[in-house]
Amino acid sequence: MNSTLDSWILTLVTFIPLAGGILLIMFPRRDRDIRLFALVVSLLDFVLSLHLPTHFQHAQAGFQYEVNRLWIANPNIHYHMGADGISMWLVVLTTFLTPLCVLISWKSIHERVKEFFILLLILETALIGVFISLDLFLFYFFWEATLIPMALLIGIYGHGRRVYAAIKFFLYTMIASMFMLAAILWLYAKTGTFDFTAIQTAISSGQVENFAAAAPWLFLGFFVAFAVKVPLFPFHTWLPDAHVEAPTAGSVLLAGVLLKMGTYGMLRFNLGLFPEQSRSNAPWIMVLGLIGIIYGALVAMVQPNMKKLIAYSSISHLGFVVLGIFSFTPLGLDGATFVMLAHGVSTGALFMLAGIIYERRHTYEISDFGGLATPMPVYATFFSFIVLSSVGLPLLNGFVGEFLVLSGAFRARAIYGILGATGVIWSACYLLWMYQRVFFGKVKHEVNATLPDLSGREQAALWPPAVTALVMGVVPLLWLNAIDPAVQSVLAPFTQLASKVVGR
Amino acid sequence: MNHAAQVIPQAADYIRLLPEIVLSIFGMVIMLLDPLMDERRSQRILGAVALAGSLAALAATLFQAQYPGLGFWNMIQVDAFSVFFHFLVAAVAAVVILTSYEYMEVQEIRAGEYYGLILFGAVGMSLMSSAVELVLIFIALEISSISTYVLAGFRRRAAISSEASVKYFLLGSFATAFFLYGVALMFGATGSTSIKDIGNVLRSGQIPALAYVGVALMFVGLGFKVAAAPFHIWTPDVYEGAPSPVVGFMSTAPKAAVFAVLLRLMFEANAPGRIWLIWVVAALSMTIGNLGALVQDNVKRLLAYSSIAHAGYLLIAFAALPNNGIPAAMFYTAAYAAMNVGAFAVVSHFASAGERYVTLEDYSGLGSRSPLLAAILTIFLLSLIGIPITGGFFAKFYVFSAALQANLVGLVIIGVINSAVAAYYYLRVIVVIYMREPREDVPVSPIPAGLGVALAISVVATIYLGVLPGRVLEYAGKTAAEWTR
Repeated sequence: MNSTLDSWILTLVTFIPLAGGILLIMFPRRDRDIRLFALVVSLLDFVLSLHLPTHFQHAQAGFQYEVNRLWIANPNIHYHMGADGISMWLVVLTTFLTPLCVLISWKSIHERVKEFFILLLILETALIGVFISLDLFLFYFFWEATLIPMALLIGIYGHGRRVYAAIKFFLYTMIASMFMLAAILWLYAKTGTFDFTAIQTAISSGQVENFAAAAPWLFLGFFVAFAVKVPLFPFHTWLPDAHVEAPTAGSVLLAGVLLKMGTYGMLRFNLGLFPEQSRSNAPWIMVLGLIGIIYGALVAMVQPNMKKLIAYSSISHLGFVVLGIFSFTPLGLDGATFVMLAHGVSTGALFMLAGIIYERRHTYEISDFGGLATPMPVYATFFSFIVLSSVGLPLLNGFVGEFLVLSGAFRARAIYGILGATGVIWSACYLLWMYQRVFFGKVKHEVNATLPDLSGREQAALWPPAVTALVMGVVPLLWLNAIDPAVQSVLAPFTQLASKVVGR
Repeated sequence: MNHAAQVIPQAADYIRLLPEIVLSIFGMVIMLLDPLMDERRSQRILGAVALAGSLAALAATLFQAQYPGLGFWNMIQVDAFSVFFHFLVAAVAAVVILTSYEYMEVQEIRAGEYYGLILFGAVGMSLMSSAVELVLIFIALEISSISTYVLAGFRRRAAISSEASVKYFLLGSFATAFFLYGVALMFGATGSTSIKDIGNVLRSGQIPALAYVGVALMFVGLGFKVAAAPFHIWTPDVYEGAPSPVVGFMSTAPKAAVFAVLLRLMFEANAPGRIWLIWVVAALSMTIGNLGALVQDNVKRLLAYSSIAHAGYLLIAFAALPNNGIPAAMFYTAAYAAMNVGAFAVVSHFASAGERYVTLEDYSGLGSRSPLLAAILTIFLLSLIGIPITGGFFAKFYVFSAALQANLVGLVIIGVINSAVAAYYYLRVIVVIYMREPREDVPVSPIPAGLGVALAISVVATIYLGVLPGRVLEYAGKTAAEWTR
């Protein structure tokens, strides 16, 4: 095993896209070269990131591939990165989706191409950084850094009401993360460190003064920032707007990765730093998750706009993740992590499919289509496959995660499991109904009869998620092998907590 | 005066005044050369002399840093603190002179007095940061203020500029009178005008009631100069009317100098009752500044309100403990100077002849018409918001964490809410730049060399403070150590 590469790999994977973006600034404005270069950079990053799962030590607990260097002496900020099974796979998900985003934007972005790919690559760096930062400051830094490229992608390259959507997105997440910053600063003021593990031990060993009084507020500070990002039920209104107006690549990364920043944050920081508060707040959070599942599904059902429908389906799916996380069972957390990955792959693909049809017809309205299966059989096949994976058909990726989450939720409290399970039915309803209206029957509109089927480039963007969806459904253990030990260590304080309660 | 025996100043005294001497000489040379030269050619030559003057002052500051100590009968003191502010003032002056190079030509303004006044203003500001005696501080404050009053009215042909100058002068005179009154009362209360002696008296126990009044009056005068609410009324009008490079200058360098005086007064002299005074003024400044900025359509007015808000954030540090508060405040002045002087450099370039294009509307689509200028302005705006990897982020960060360590939770909450509100109006500018259709009727001229250098310095400084803030903070921290020893 190559140990130098191991200590550099996270830095490389994180910053190669940024370096690519900076190189792009100096490129002449020849659009084809720019696209090709962006593709090469993102593919290179993907290949490098595969080093993580292939060299992962499953038997070893804690974070791997760690780097820990002093960045700024005062305040005590370290460049501390590391990956466990959860963050590792989220990194790979990011690097997996980015080249697909490049492919899918090949033709649809034709103005200010250079800026688009620069922003996309910067965004990739920031997203990866969020998942592997083990220094709270570094984490906050990357967290905020995702905001600007994403807002610009929506605001410059989006559709009709793009400016409104971009500002709404920016302000919602920015204001919410201020609360997180305040909580981080409080922790720093009391512990003198931003290091995740150091703060974790300080808290669990009771060395932080005034912690008992402040903890509920700190928990909420983190939670609000994450809940807006997920988005959890009352904070979700920015998401449909952002999705509908965003360019396809923006939507793919938004649904595929950005939302997972929220659930990842809950998993890592809310559970990791405040186990007691997590437990005491779990009931209402799980209820919010359930509301998200059911409300998201019901609203998705009545959407006339394909992209908005997929957006609301994300709210529903992310509800599952929250439900799983706050069930505090290994099954639930395994499932939550798996849903994050599966949702990234299949919803990313759904947004790509919606983008492909938008390129041809410049509309997302379901009623503008109908009978598309006749002119575009290959497209229809891909669409049905992805819809089925998103619905949760056994042997495809959606099933495994939702099944695990629901069994975890049943263990926590049966009624949560029962209500959550209806979500699976709902998702079948709205997705299949949408599929039926778009693809089946006769071609309703003349223009649709002559639509060209998928090009080679579009197929190249769709094959990888389709194959991944199948593999994830058939051999989920490839992923769960690494996820489970990480989940166990996240849950360790909870089992101690439980035994403490029983001991009394 | 316990050094009455020593009548003749020594060489060491002159070294401790070296940057001021250098700046004054260059300023006088400019005034002498001006009438001898052809008006059109004088722009460039006098500008070059002024630039050389500010760079010489930078060099003098670095030289002076090796000879710390008191000079001129304990009236000035060279220490890490004064060197920090000398450096800042001279650097800002250099950047402003580089920016003015183009501006003077486009606006057809006679250059001689202009460059001279910038250097004389810098003399006053430098002296404010090294003076440790209230009367000398007052004189330095006057030198700096009078220069800026005149500079504000330099667009002679524009009525709005004269209005700015007169308004600034009248209100500013009131403010200095307040300050002087405060000095007098302080002398009555403690029997000394030396900051150190005042500090010793105030630390020794019984604080006379007169001292509270004295501090409050001095604070009114200084609060006016830094545009802190409720003494901020003049700011938007003056910033709107004054020439843009001058606004870039007077919103950074004199402010930094006044904050230096405030730091000495609050921490070294241990001013009584400071926490509540500052609590109220900081909260008011942040709130009024940000709410006012929300509705502005003129970029200069918007930045004026934003500067009121930033004065508020900065003041938070003054309520904190000296160990964290002093370095946090010093870092903030440096970061604010870098980003604001840069932002005004962009504004003054874009405004073109007669400052015609200064409304938000005019910036529509700048992103596609001049990507470089737009990107640079965006960096400054992001820094003003306080986004990571810019100096503005760490500036806020240090101030807030210093306040948290002093348990000023309420003030921090107000500050955090305010920075969220502030994000909105800075963002509005970014949105207009990138997401609106370009306006073809607004000309965008290429960036001339002088301005390019000025912008490069500001961008590099902003990013440097955002990526590696450690060294600057450490240097600023030396002061706290010296004062609390």
